[in-house]
Amino acid sequence: MKMDVGIVGYGVYIPRYRIKTEEIAKVWGDDAGSIKNSLLIYEKTVPALDEDTATIAVESARNAVQHARINPKEIGSIYVGSESHPYVVKPTSTIVAAAIDAVPDMTAADYEFACKAGTAAIQTTMGLVKSGMIKYGMAVGADTSQGKPGDALEYTASAGGAAYIIGKDNLIARILDTYSYTTDTPDFWRREGQEFPSHGARFTGQPAYFKHVIEAAKEIMKRNNLKPEDFDYAVFHQPNGKFPLKAAEILGIEKKRLETGLLTPYIGNTYSGSTMLGLARILDDAVSGDRVLAVSYGSGAGSDAFIIEVTKENEKRRNSKPLKAYMDRKEYVEYSTYAKFKGKIKGVKLEKP
Amino acid sequence: MSRGVAVHWRLIPQRYNLVGTECKNCGEKFFPLRQLCPNCRRSGDVREVKYSGEGEIYSYTIVHTPSEGFEFMKPYVIGVIKLVEGPFITAQIVDCKPEDLEIGKKVELVFRKVIADGSNGIIRYGYKFKLKE
Ligand SMILES: [Zn+2]
Repeated sequence: MKMDVGIVGYGVYIPRYRIKTEEIAKVWGDDAGSIKNSLLIYEKTVPALDEDTATIAVESARNAVQHARINPKEIGSIYVGSESHPYVVKPTSTIVAAAIDAVPDMTAADYEFACKAGTAAIQTTMGLVKSGMIKYGMAVGADTSQGKPGDALEYTASAGGAAYIIGKDNLIARILDTYSYTTDTPDFWRREGQEFPSHGARFTGQPAYFKHVIEAAKEIMKRNNLKPEDFDYAVFHQPNGKFPLKAAEILGIEKKRLETGLLTPYIGNTYSGSTMLGLARILDDAVSGDRVLAVSYGSGAGSDAFIIEVTKENEKRRNSKPLKAYMDRKEYVEYSTYAKFKGKIKGVKLEKP
Repeated sequence: MSRGVAVHWRLIPQRYNLVGTECKNCGEKFFPLRQLCPNCRRSGDVREVKYSGEGEIYSYTIVHTPSEGFEFMKPYVIGVIKLVEGPFITAQIVDCKPEDLEIGKKVELVFRKVIADGSNGIIRYGYKFKLKE
């Protein structure tokens, strides 16, 4: 028996502050023009000193509850995916659960899988909803990612998050299928206790990002008898602005279908938020019958692919806090302020001694 | 174990979700919560209530000399917010410059980090406000 499962509501959040590529390039003696060209990144979000993954997750979760118009006590599970949980031991998901007042009749856990932990949370939640274990579940992807000063990652690593409420009724979009492609690939990692991640440089492209995104996209289309032209929108994980465009080109997906959800050039790589924010930006615009192909990527490595079909309900119940509004409200900071906000200056903390 | 963890834990509904109380007898609303209505005393009927987080700036001040732990936030804004439900609440107003502020401007609730108890202690989260857009 085929049973509908899908998105009842979603919420987004990105911080107000931004830093431009020029401002970072100036500090490290890089050529801003060539960085912008090679990475397709113009600016990125910067979290304030009092923002972290938990506060970003909470803001997006509250927006999702508001959009879904449900009683938060009916949320049976909350999974928060991130690679920058504020605590090593102590879940972010319980903070979110308390802040939306979903406690205590529920289950919660934190997920980790580089940038795809949030979409993995969507898949788990789909399973719980489909099996009838819960009525609604929430999946969050949020990060305040760090790049080593001077490293190419510093141009893109940013902050943001999105939350999705998964259920069976009042769907703004149905999730028709999901498929994952997973291998053990050491393209990007951070060891316990290390402040900054390490990456396999050129190794991150071909055998990692492209291999997984493309295999996942191809397989999910094949098993649903769909072709690239059957999709109105596509969104892929966006470590920079270039990679998703290249992936689309390889798959034969027209560039215009990717543009709505391509956010990294303007907000940076929000890691676990990346694919989920791109999808939210698409849902903000999409109309009944639109079909979306969404493929996340997490280093380590794996991709989660989804086929999503927008319903009439999405037009009736537009999100009152769309991503565009958050993208438009911004304030630029200089590198020195950015370094202070990100704790890159030794001793700068919002902390009692 | 750092000091005050239990107190923070008990105050989570108040600090995360602006849970206060109201007296069903005289209608007065309280934040922070009061167990006893000062108007009605024993005949009061005090119940829990969750405030919407919408309000306006009643008054504000710019802090240039913060207390210990808040040094890197300065200068920051502390406002007295009049919630739409009535009660007043003193809280930080974030994501703005002092010149953006004006008495009467609408604000809304945000969830932010307040302070961490040293590098080994808990992180205290709670309510702050931002200008409504
Ligand atoms: Zn009373």
